[in-house]
Formats: sequence, C-alpha cells, structure tokens
Amino acid sequence: MFKNLMNRRFLFEELVKRDFKKKYKRTVLGMVWSILSPLLTLLVMRLVFTQFFGRTMEHYTTYLFCGNLVFSYFNESTSQGMVSLMGNAGIFTKVNIPKYLFLFSKNIQTLINFGLTLCVFVVFCFLDQIVFTWKVILLIYPIVCLVLFNVGVGLILSALFVFFRDIQYLWTVFTQLLMYMSAIFYTIDQYDYTTQCLFLVNPVYLFIRYFRKIVIEATIPTLWFHLLMLTDVVIVLSIGCWMYKKYNTRFLYYV
Amino acid sequence: MSVLQLEQVSIRYMTGDFKDIGLKEYVMRRLKRNYQVTEFWADRDITFALEKGDMLGIIGTNGAGKSTLLKAVSGIMEPTRGVVRREGSIAALLELASGFDGDLTVRENTYLRGAMLGYTRKFMDETYSQIIRFAELEEFQDRPFRQLSSGMKSRLAFSIASLVQPDLLILDEVLSVGDGAFRSKSAAKMKEIIQGGATTILVSHSIGQIREMCNKVLWLHKGEQICFTSEVDSICNLYEKFLGKGNIREIKQILGGGGKSNGFAT
Repeated sequence: MFKNLMNRRFLFEELVKRDFKKKYKRTVLGMVWSILSPLLTLLVMRLVFTQFFGRTMEHYTTYLFCGNLVFSYFNESTSQGMVSLMGNAGIFTKVNIPKYLFLFSKNIQTLINFGLTLCVFVVFCFLDQIVFTWKVILLIYPIVCLVLFNVGVGLILSALFVFFRDIQYLWTVFTQLLMYMSAIFYTIDQYDYTTQCLFLVNPVYLFIRYFRKIVIEATIPTLWFHLLMLTDVVIVLSIGCWMYKKYNTRFLYYV
Repeated sequence: MSVLQLEQVSIRYMTGDFKDIGLKEYVMRRLKRNYQVTEFWADRDITFALEKGDMLGIIGTNGAGKSTLLKAVSGIMEPTRGVVRREGSIAALLELASGFDGDLTVRENTYLRGAMLGYTRKFMDETYSQIIRFAELEEFQDRPFRQLSSGMKSRLAFSIASLVQPDLLILDEVLSVGDGAFRSKSAAKMKEIIQGGATTILVSHSIGQIREMCNKVLWLHKGEQICFTSEVDSICNLYEKFLGKGNIREIKQILGGGGKSNGFAT
C-alpha cells in the first residue's frame, strides 16, 4: 500500500490542491475564517459558562480551548472524510485509482486547519498565563494518535456512507452526543469513581485529557493511559483498513 | 501469449432493496425479514483473447453489457466470476467528459486528469501546452471548467488521454468527439496510437467505424456473448440485419448452436 502511495504522489498532490482550492476559492475571508470559527465558538462557550453558569476555575479558557481544539478537529475530519469517497464517485468509477487517496487528501486539509488552530491555541495559552515546560513536546503523541484515529474513523465512515446514506444524519446526532460526553466545558471531578472511569471509554475524551494534563497541569499521563489511546487508534485503523480492503472493488456497485 | 485473455467472465449487479434505503430502513427490513435483493447479470460467460496488435470492436444494443465488460477489462471492476488476464500497461478512455471538476480551471483539471491517468508531473509540464493546443483551448486555460461547452470538454479529455502509449487501449465511444474538424484530427491521432502496436478495444455504435478499423468483433446481447470472430464484415452485416428486424433467435440460428458460438475463435 505504501509503495502504491509513492507511485501516486502526483495524483495525491493534485487531489490535495483541488480540495484546498475548492474550499477557499470563493470565500473572501478564506483561511482566516478557519481560525475565526473556532475562536468564535470558544468566545460563546466562555461567555455562557462563566457569565451564566458561573464557572470559576483557574485557566478555564485554556481548559475550554483544549476541549474545543480536539473535538472540532475530530468532528470536521470525520464528517468531511465521510463524504470524501462518495463525492469522488465520478472519478473512481472511471479510473482505477486507490480509493483511500480521496480520504487522505481531505484529511490533509483538516489537519492543516487543526495546525492553524493549534497556533492560535498557543497564543491563547500565553494570554492565559500558562507556563510551558519541556513536556509540551509530548503533545506530539496525542496529536499523531488523533490524526491516525481520525483517518481510521474516516475510513470506516466513508465506506459505510457508500452503502447507507443516512449515516450522515446519524453521525451528526452521534457527534452531538459525543461532545456532551467529552467533558469539554465541565470537569468530571464531581462524579464518583466508576463514572469517571466510564469517561475513559470515550477516545476523544482521552485526547482532550492528555492535552489538559500537559498544558494546564504540566504532568505526564501514566503509561497505561498512553497504551489505552494507542489501542483505540489501532482498533479503529484496522477496522477501517479491513473495510477498504474488502470493499475496494465493490464500492462502485453501490454508487 | 495473449495480451488480454478473458475466461468465462461474468459480472453481477445486485439490485433491489439495499440501495437508497439507509441504515435505519435496512435494520428494520432485516428485522421484519422483508429484505429482498435481486441479481442482475450484466455479463455472462464472456470468453475471448486478444493478441498483440489486434483491434477488437464490441457491438451490441444499449444495455448489452459493453461498458460493464470494459470496466472489468480495465480493472476498475472485478468480475463476479471468471478471470481477466492482462499483460502490460492499460489505458481506458471511458465516458471521457465526466469526472472533471467544474469549479477548477481548465489548467487545474488538465493536471488532475493527467495525474489520474498515471502521468508524472514532469511529463505533464512538458506536454501541457501541446495538450491545450491539440484541444484548441488556448484562450480558455484559466476559465472555470463548467463554462466550457460539452464539445470542448470532451476535446480536452481526448487530448489528455490520447498522450498515452499503452499496450492495451480501451475506447468507449470516444471517436465521436467534437465537431467535424476535430473528429478527423482525433481519428488520425487514434490511428497513430494503434499503429504504434497497441492492442485496442473499441466500443462504437457506428458500424462503419468497426468495419473500417477492426480485425475482430465481439457481439454482446443482454449480457450474452453472441459471437467472437475475426470475420468482421459478415458479422457486421448480420448485426445490421438484426438492428433492422430485431430477432436475436434468428441470428443465433444462423450462427449455429445455442448462441455461445466460438466457431471462429482464435
């Protein structure tokens, strides 16, 4: 598969370019909007939860931003990845090319978006008087895991979407639920131990938690926490790859 | 050694409930045991082989399974049963004008299509101006693709695709592209490729074209192989007769046997 990818580098580059141009071509704000949009979400959430719900927690803005940063990347990457294969049906029914390229190129685009938001995040941390230690380097681990996790979920969803078009609506509902379960704007300290453990089942929460541990608390999560994340990634990626392998030549019967 | 060999190739489409019903409905119907799927064989037991330099014409009415067969030959589809054996590189020019992106410019689309066909960036840089010149689209290079007329679109598609020098070339109704002037230009280009030694498969509704260019002919009817032979002229005559009258049984009788006559097979 990897060698195949190298052979198709030109095609991959062109697909990435295409996705990029299509996204930003007709908007005046262009890429600025990609930064502005998460900031506005953050602003709204901060306003609501500090003014109306009276949360007074140290570094609450950073706490919120960690959650939003991870979750919005996950949300964008998976929901756009889902339609990436179907959206290119006109191409893969005519030319024999590796189908995962469409998803990968979409993922590159959302990853760049994530990178931009990450820069803004760092600026906000400074404004929030967060002191960075050398441990910040460790953030590479959750980021790599998150990217792979998103690719895996994207593979599964985009394959399913070919067969079941209503996945799109179900997924919107599911991500909504996931957002409320990921402790983005609340803390889980108030729950008993068992409930707290249940949160660990949610992979998105793991990524958010990792970010918060490093940035706000400046502590390194335990080894088994790392392993738990890795397990999630491996499971999702394997299912995704398996689906693509199995249905690779069957997709076009369904479009 | 054959360049292309098909053995008992059958392709099945599934039709029925699974399409467009969505996951919720799928689960409901499964639970109610109300889930129905019907098979549809687009091609059944197609067997033929081509040698280097052969030019095969595929004839048959709409829905005969021609395009589906070409998809199996080019590797886009895997046959449900049977084997397709290929030697060397392959270029399939199927339904040319589709698959472009209306939002991108002509230039961007040209590169994207080139990439899809497996060209390298260097090759595209070198031949880009040549492609545009051949397609006669010099003034439109930076226009959005959707502003082009359909004739222009297929002209561009043909110009990009005709750069290939494959061992096996598949043409699905591509020789009838553009206006009269371009048509003769594209036909000349096509001949050039074919004379370069490529094995070619041509699908055309123009019997004249088949007669003129092909040395072998495959006749499909509703997914069934009526015949595969090198006696192009006599089969073309029969086909024209069939188009006039439309009685396939009579044709089968003339050809002898139950229909799957391979009497002239190589």
